[in-house]
Amino acid sequence: MARIRLIQAIHDAVVEEMARDPKVIVYGEDVELSIVGDLRGVHEQFGHDRIRNTPICETTLTGMAVGLAAAGYHVVLQMMFSNFMYTGMDAIGNQMSKLRLMTGGQMELPITIIATIGGGSANAAQHSDTAYPMLMNLGGLNVAVPATSADAKGLTKTAIRSKNPCFILEPNGRGGELGDVPDGEYLVPLGKAAVHREGDDATVVAIGRMLKPALAAATALESEGVNVEVIDPRTLVPFDEDRVLRSVKKTGHLVVVDEARECCSAASQIAAVVAEKGFDLLKGPIRRVTTPNVAMPYAPNAEAHVIPDGPRIAGAVRQLLGRTEKVLA
Amino acid sequence: MTTGQLGETSASQHATEPTPEEALRLYETMVLIRGVEERLRDDSAAGKLPGAVHLYIGEEAVAAGVCAHLSARDYATSTHRGHGHFLAKGGDVRAMMAEIWAKREGICRGMGGSMHVADTSKGILGANGIVGAGLSISTGAAFGAKLDGDGKVSVCFFGDGASNQGALMECLNISTLWQLPVIFVCENNGFSEFTPAAEVTAGRIADRARAFKMPAAEVDGNDVTDVWRAAGEAIGRARDGGGPSFIEARTYRIQGHFEFEAIVLGTGRYRADAEIDAWRQQDPIARYRAQLVAAGTASAADLDALEADVLSRVEDAVAYAEAGQPADPELAETLMFAPEEEG
Repeated sequence: MARIRLIQAIHDAVVEEMARDPKVIVYGEDVELSIVGDLRGVHEQFGHDRIRNTPICETTLTGMAVGLAAAGYHVVLQMMFSNFMYTGMDAIGNQMSKLRLMTGGQMELPITIIATIGGGSANAAQHSDTAYPMLMNLGGLNVAVPATSADAKGLTKTAIRSKNPCFILEPNGRGGELGDVPDGEYLVPLGKAAVHREGDDATVVAIGRMLKPALAAATALESEGVNVEVIDPRTLVPFDEDRVLRSVKKTGHLVVVDEARECCSAASQIAAVVAEKGFDLLKGPIRRVTTPNVAMPYAPNAEAHVIPDGPRIAGAVRQLLGRTEKVLA
Repeated sequence: MTTGQLGETSASQHATEPTPEEALRLYETMVLIRGVEERLRDDSAAGKLPGAVHLYIGEEAVAAGVCAHLSARDYATSTHRGHGHFLAKGGDVRAMMAEIWAKREGICRGMGGSMHVADTSKGILGANGIVGAGLSISTGAAFGAKLDGDGKVSVCFFGDGASNQGALMECLNISTLWQLPVIFVCENNGFSEFTPAAEVTAGRIADRARAFKMPAAEVDGNDVTDVWRAAGEAIGRARDGGGPSFIEARTYRIQGHFEFEAIVLGTGRYRADAEIDAWRQQDPIARYRAQLVAAGTASAADLDALEADVLSRVEDAVAYAEAGQPADPELAETLMFAPEEEG
């Protein structure tokens, strides 16, 4: 077990898979220097034919991924901020998510797109979105949201070995956080949630960057005698419905924490799934804790105002359980 | 490093005239496309096809002249008007017809339809319903071809409408920078859907490529030899590691943007009948037929026999499609993701 940063875990995954499969090709804006840090040193190791800087042209970068995949390569496209996917959206929304069905299953599209999601770094509205709801809605894309170093490594390796498009959405501002990663070959399957904390009183599903505040809320609630089960779905597509329903069966209460905007958020989808398939298990309404339907403001205090945090999550749990906050002296 | 391949950079590719055998194949390809498109026109009018069809009548020389230089290992991306490219690149006429008829036997099992005919086993990366989408897909495939280093090329067919998409500038830039074996073939058919190209297109389209110092040819898109010659030069250059090229083929769309356009247009008009009639006089198939007969490459009777044979293939394809099974609706749920390997 090694203790490494999340960006290093992604780096290690990419390097291991590039060494394993000569068909893995990495490209993107500034990937040779790797401003995000997750690919630093890869260029020196593998050279121009395996990893290269591109012009700033997301429309073409996503489209080229489709063509390069059709030519038999596994593409790893680094897109920096998930907001930049909006510029490259035709190939995501009209091509890579649809071509397999449209060609009657002829095409395999092994494409991994890596980008950061979320605010909290005073990057303002155009560099802070949590842009996975639009990806989830397209139907043909796997969406992974690793929150720990181990998951970042294991999910990235799985994505690169996948025959399908897969998004690895790193938590913005958390890339430097350390975490234990098992030694040797380590893969995390798509569609398997991780339980970070067990509890009987309420289930909190926390996505990506929201895992940390959810765990902080759980610690605070523990001192009030409330035991929260914290589940990280790890991938939104596919989504581990069974694990969440099993937890709700035990607790009877569900809070879903999502940094995406409330409207059509992943939290909305998860809430809908549990309401449809687990209504009998619920002892009360489902609560979503999300960013409101606003653009991310710049000022750090304004950012903190809109992004879900520990106190908001704890407050939602207390409300579900009919408790008031215990004020400690 | 991209190198030439024996057999593909054959002398004919740089030749100024096709051999008699090649000439007859060009003619046959055009006649096949025309036969298929006319039949689709009629079957669409008769209400037999479930979806819209965008027909290539009048533009056959472009697909035929370019694809004559390609083999199944080369890549091609196409447009919403893609039947001609599919057939010229070696796609199966029965499988395409069954697809358009939404049948299980279709090349895409009825999941794609007219605007998405594709056969990856033949390098046909698909017709595409998004104007300009093929630009980056073919550029990406060309990147793969360059990395493979075995002389494959990638051809992007697109229209004058797509030439106004920003993606063209991006792909001209990156393919020049990386010297990718891609050939951009702009079929300037005069119309961006229902708007004359001149109303929405500034400058000469080929000049967009020249701005990147990319070799660019402007050819008579209704003269199959002219297209064939320019394509041979561009494709040969790409195979030999000489990087991308641009061809603007000036042609004309005889049919509307899509069949049934009269219904959506109502009383609206965007071109005069006299203009269409004038272009009918420039029909690429009639022109080539006259040339072949005049040059003694084939007799009129030979070409009549060839046409009859091709039309019987079209009839056979329609019969095959008509007799096909309805598409399997459950494929919509099972085909979205490729099955992953275990372990």
